[in-house]
Amino acid sequence: MSGAEVVIVGGGVTGLSAGWWLARSGVKVTVLDKGIVGWEASGRNGGGASHYQSPLFDEEHRLWPQMDELLGYPTEHQKERIIIAMTERQWEQYRFVAERHQRLGHPVDVLDVKQVQDAVPLAGDKCFGGVHYRFGGHANPQRTAQAYAWALQDLGGTINQHEAVTSFETAGGKVTAVKTAVASYGCDSVVVAAGPQTAALMAQLGIDVPLAPARAEMIITEPAPMMPIGGVDGHKLYGRQTMRGNLAYGGGPHEWIDVGEMGPAARPSTPLMRNLASRLAELLPKAAHLNVIRSWAGVIENSPDGRPIIDRLTSPDNVVIASMSGVGFGLSPASGHAIRDLVLDGACSFADISILGLSRFANLEADWRERRGWMPIA
Amino acid sequence: MELNFTGTDLCAINGTRSPAEAHYGVVVIGAGRSGTAAAIEAAKAGSSVLLVDENPVSGALMGNDVPLYFGGRMTAATQNSERMLEAIFMSAPALEQAMEAGAEVLLGTSAWGVYRNGPGVASLPDQVVGLADSARSWLVGFDRIVLATGARDLALAFPGWNQPGVMGAAALRMLLTRYDAFAGRRVLVLGSHDLALESVLLAHERGLEVAGLIEVRDAPQGSADLVAQVAAAGIAIHCGQTIASAKGGIEGVTAATLTSGEVIACDTICVAVGLVPSIELVDAMHGPRALNPARGGYIPAGGETVSAVGSCAGLADTGFDHIAYRMEWMRALAAISAPDTIICQCEEVTRADLLGVQPPNYLSRPAPMCARSLETLLEDGPPNPDQIKRLTRAGMGVCQGRRCRDQVAMLLAIAADQPFGMIPLATHRAPVRPIPLKIIADWHENEAMTAAWDVWFGIPTQWVPVQDIGTRHEGEHREMLYTGMYE
Repeated sequence: MSGAEVVIVGGGVTGLSAGWWLARSGVKVTVLDKGIVGWEASGRNGGGASHYQSPLFDEEHRLWPQMDELLGYPTEHQKERIIIAMTERQWEQYRFVAERHQRLGHPVDVLDVKQVQDAVPLAGDKCFGGVHYRFGGHANPQRTAQAYAWALQDLGGTINQHEAVTSFETAGGKVTAVKTAVASYGCDSVVVAAGPQTAALMAQLGIDVPLAPARAEMIITEPAPMMPIGGVDGHKLYGRQTMRGNLAYGGGPHEWIDVGEMGPAARPSTPLMRNLASRLAELLPKAAHLNVIRSWAGVIENSPDGRPIIDRLTSPDNVVIASMSGVGFGLSPASGHAIRDLVLDGACSFADISILGLSRFANLEADWRERRGWMPIA
Repeated sequence: MELNFTGTDLCAINGTRSPAEAHYGVVVIGAGRSGTAAAIEAAKAGSSVLLVDENPVSGALMGNDVPLYFGGRMTAATQNSERMLEAIFMSAPALEQAMEAGAEVLLGTSAWGVYRNGPGVASLPDQVVGLADSARSWLVGFDRIVLATGARDLALAFPGWNQPGVMGAAALRMLLTRYDAFAGRRVLVLGSHDLALESVLLAHERGLEVAGLIEVRDAPQGSADLVAQVAAAGIAIHCGQTIASAKGGIEGVTAATLTSGEVIACDTICVAVGLVPSIELVDAMHGPRALNPARGGYIPAGGETVSAVGSCAGLADTGFDHIAYRMEWMRALAAISAPDTIICQCEEVTRADLLGVQPPNYLSRPAPMCARSLETLLEDGPPNPDQIKRLTRAGMGVCQGRRCRDQVAMLLAIAADQPFGMIPLATHRAPVRPIPLKIIADWHENEAMTAAWDVWFGIPTQWVPVQDIGTRHEGEHREMLYTGMYE
């Protein structure tokens, strides 16, 4: 199918990585985005790259250390994670997770308080201990999103920004063209990786993709002295020290919202910032004097079981959908590979991703959001 | 895994937020002349009124050019917070009238965010403003909020600007008039519009030496009356030129070289090219704002519960196009500055790296990266300062872009050959003042929020390792990590 044309709907990390993988296989790729690449959840997350729960994990773990070289642009990828327990219950939970990793063959060390302080200079003595994942890592979401976009262009792919997809043309059980307000793009295959807007787009094709969007928030401090491992979190926070030294952390209650066809109307942060700050000051007490300089929010869509949906449809049979349920950034090197395989070969070559298929929701109740309490506040 | 849905997500924000600590009919942010007048008026009309002002800010914050561009030219007196408080009360007798009228007045208290329900958020129990002093932060509810946050200094980059002694006109005025705490002796002023002329007249009146004014245009720009007063004081206005560089030593500026080659000795270079309405709070709350070149920049477009008074609502409209004027300065300074001139001081981003959209020095720049630039980025879409910020870090530092955001927008406009108004305003985000973690922290968290807190969404199936699905480990995982959720 080399020389074929694939249109990708959505210039987040998932769509961009898919486009990059396809371009690496010699496919002519056009990415369409309603705004700027990586502008939504792709550029507003914690940068974690340690999704051990996923069937894509081995590929994620294999690829990240190579990404700078493969893309030709810096991603700020850094290896490993340390997770610190600040309560007895967390200590119990994190050790449970560590045992699970040992069972699954992921290298992990359990650290006592002294070892935590040695490994994490900003930590204090009030913690219960920590676990050190000698796998996984983190990267800079914003830099990585642009890196995919540039790498894709370097391979001959096209990215059209500020051009939202409005509809599809179909014929003979296939999507034959993707339409925007200004143009129609003929295609052999389509990848829809449009975040929360995926549901409304797929509804046009008669496909029900159950997704519920929610808003989540993060804060960032001024730079702290560099720690040997930046991927430090715990205390029910996620986040990292950036390579500049800033501490960027999120976590806590989310707000379910509704999102229109053009995506989130706004991404407001709220006083939840104060609750993130208290936990971060407890997690890294030697950083408690540092200034918070920004907060932000992003909108994430979740599937009913919280796992990604990556699937090639049967009808129309030239459409692959990908919605990552809040783990899209870290998995992006691998999800792009999987999507490439689905587009070109009809099956993922490196992992069994059947658990990510859309058919698992075939018997989903119509009121699945209400039942879960995933409705916007009236 | 069998989940028993109950219609409730135990990890959602619903109902978990603390209510505001206090509620006022009117909260006024900024106790300058306009803010204090607004507070007095509201109090006299019978409203419960809270008037807050961030001044005096700590010495450390002043060192970070918060809220104005002090350029390190404060005396040690600014470290004495009691003296500073007293200085504010001495310089603003209206504050006492506000208190007599019944307004509660809090100085040394910054407003770092205004929050209300709207697009993307419906979970706030009240519309609130976030406040902080040197000890703690808290939330205050309001029926109406009046923003009287003033205007901040426009900073401009030239070779040698990133050293002590280069400062802004509003900062100079504050140090001279309110605090009597200006550490310079001999001041050179950039600009010749009213702001610059008033600055030199003030400096002259306070017994400072004024080394002159530099004007990029061919003639003085301010009112004839002010120009005459400056001439009468024997102060020279060097027209048709700019500053080519500032020389300095360990204590900062010692001299300026003009484009004519003339060297002028001075310990302070006051950038008095313009003031920018301080709309951080409005923008961070997604309030409407619009560019108004005659009023100094983006100004609040108004609303029922949020209003703006004083220069935060816009500079006095004298028909002068402030944007055209500062663009002319920026163009001239960019033309004489080397590409390695720093634009963002916090993150040490040079103009070459800004316009090259290059990453910071601690990252590698392989060949494809080096081949990228603003020019290639513009092939993908119009220039956007937030996108440039993400790539170059310009504006991402602790000064929160106060020193560089206007310059970045101007340089993008110039490089993209577009009018200034075509460059989107770089996003402001709360906290609009840098506030330490331990201060902004909520140390009295609502129990409901503590109970709802999960690292992510609290979905029991979300993080079960694929190998464990359908095994006994799945249940153990849920029991250990998601107790109570959908049980």
